[in-house]
Amino acid sequence: MAVERMTVDVHHLTRVEGHGNIVVDVVNGELKQCELEIVETPRFFEAMLRGRPYEESSHITSRICGICAVGHATASLRATEKALGVNPSPQTVLLRKLNFHGEILDSHILHAYMLVAPDFLGVGSVIPLAKAAPEVVLRALRMKQVAGDLCKIICGRHTHPIAMTVGGFTHFPLTSELEALHKRLVAMRTDVDATVELYSQLPIPAFERDTEYIALHKDDEYCFIDGVIKSTDGGEWPIEDYRKVTNESIVKHSSAKHTHNQRDSYAVGALARFNVNYDQLHARAKTAAAAMKLKPKVIKPFYNTAAQVVEIVHCLEDAISLTEQILKMGVRAEEPVPIARRSGEGVGACDVPRGTLFHNYVIDKGRVVGANCIIPTGQNLANIEADMRALVPTILDKSQADITHMMEMLVRAYDPCISCSTHLLNVKFE
Amino acid sequence: MTTQTLPRIAFFEFTSCEGCQLTVVDTLQAHPELLNVVEIVQFREAMSERGEDYQIAFVEGSCTRPHDETRLKEIRQQAKIVVALGACAHLGGINAIRNRQPLEEVRQYVYGDKADWFDTYVARPIEAVITVDAVIPGCPIDRNEFAMAVSHLLQGRMPNIPDYPLCIECKLMENVCMFQRGKACLGPITRSGCGAICPAYGDGCEGCRGLIPKPNIESLKQVLREHGMSEEEIDAKMTMFLTYQKMRLEEKR
Repeated sequence: MAVERMTVDVHHLTRVEGHGNIVVDVVNGELKQCELEIVETPRFFEAMLRGRPYEESSHITSRICGICAVGHATASLRATEKALGVNPSPQTVLLRKLNFHGEILDSHILHAYMLVAPDFLGVGSVIPLAKAAPEVVLRALRMKQVAGDLCKIICGRHTHPIAMTVGGFTHFPLTSELEALHKRLVAMRTDVDATVELYSQLPIPAFERDTEYIALHKDDEYCFIDGVIKSTDGGEWPIEDYRKVTNESIVKHSSAKHTHNQRDSYAVGALARFNVNYDQLHARAKTAAAAMKLKPKVIKPFYNTAAQVVEIVHCLEDAISLTEQILKMGVRAEEPVPIARRSGEGVGACDVPRGTLFHNYVIDKGRVVGANCIIPTGQNLANIEADMRALVPTILDKSQADITHMMEMLVRAYDPCISCSTHLLNVKFE
Repeated sequence: MTTQTLPRIAFFEFTSCEGCQLTVVDTLQAHPELLNVVEIVQFREAMSERGEDYQIAFVEGSCTRPHDETRLKEIRQQAKIVVALGACAHLGGINAIRNRQPLEEVRQYVYGDKADWFDTYVARPIEAVITVDAVIPGCPIDRNEFAMAVSHLLQGRMPNIPDYPLCIECKLMENVCMFQRGKACLGPITRSGCGAICPAYGDGCEGCRGLIPKPNIESLKQVLREHGMSEEEIDAKMTMFLTYQKMRLEEKR
């Protein structure tokens, strides 16, 4: 017999970035309410940018998020560069790619080890984990340190980058720093292999729900910066047409806007990139995917973290090869490419740790007069709610505590970055 | 030592990017021993356990809505020591940039005719609402300064944050002056203690650590004019992190 009433009410979900609530209400086995409320305070970045000099945009918008600071800075710079007719040098392109890998590695390691792993190991956080399994936590900290130091030598720090500017960089890594980094990246393979082994053993929930996955795509590389927008439902769009894909709408229970494309919702992030861009993964990343039994198209949302682990392998390998390329070329202290005009409009897109990010600026005589930022977590919200609605009826035989925990794990799997998306998360079962 | 005897600390966040708390996590990479000398009872971004019996509260983020005031006052009532963590809590940070425009316009620009659904008002540092005992400045905070501040607090004294201008630290770092490199810099009026990290990486100081006690703003403006900056550009430079402080100074005058 169905339980008369089952409610889940998680106020300010933990181990996610920002503030969200999960609210579920089941009456006589029927799902009455199932929402992810975004209660983060509105941030108003688009309004803050208006009237500011174009040079400030990347510095202001990196402050949207402490975790994806490099991603926001990169998307911001690309938007400004396209608006003002700047084509960065080959060296800038390589340094930005390498720097970006530092952020993906840092963010994915943080999520896989410190935010998600405690759920599987039956602890509330990484702190008891540090006592129960110190080698696991020390491994995560070692890898994070390498990723952070990578960003440090290129842009000064990961949160918030300093040396990234319109048209290039204001500081350059020394050959000795790149050589030392290369050695540490190569040595990091052992810890990354152990991460793949850990995630091939964790009991990740097998819940499935088919959806549309969207990511940036390039034919010749696993794409994080620029490219085109591509969907697993078919279709490619130039990034300038992002509004045709995102279709933002405002809903009352969320200070972050919702989006939909060809279905009622779509997903972005590591799993989306894996599904869209599997062919472009490094061979070692494909081997890691096989070890975790991942083959596109994966429609298991809890496996987003496993897809992040695949990307950890990919980004490490690509970072090693980029470092080699840069060392071979030799780093030149070059001036940033000057702007070609002072007015224009541009869209910058990057696939940041949590998915596809768009920055769109209109610049008039060197000042930003219009700005729009579309954030990965915002794009995932409608899809998370659709997953919640599909998942709840299948687990109603479990205790309320277990259902709550499962819902928290589901939301956490998306690695939501809520302060980003409001330009939010809390699980509330009512 | 049993955990009951360790000082209990908690982390809270208001309007911010949570980058300062991430920097706290990063600090633990280099200083894991910190975990042996305190008990963290609340840190929502990193842990599910939640305790309300904290003695030291680290607060990140600005107060930007009426609801924040209530929570801040609860934290103040519980904690013996409240520490503002980073520029958003300390200065209003970049959140205060929006205070330069009428609030209604800002809300409508982002949320259109649904603007009324989301509660907000002027962005302020937390000291506008509660008494703050100590500040760890910066956007983000400097991890070494955070470790030092915790060590000072555990010794029963307030963190020793420099109140001399950044230029002093920058000279000691042997950086080439940003003005020599043709770039604008707020070093002369900004509080030191970050290791002059922005000039070291080729960018002028943006003032994220706040004004020194007696800043000579007019003199710096003159220098910026002499370097060819327009009044508009100077105003922008001075308001990335300093909007709130600067507006307060102007009100006093």
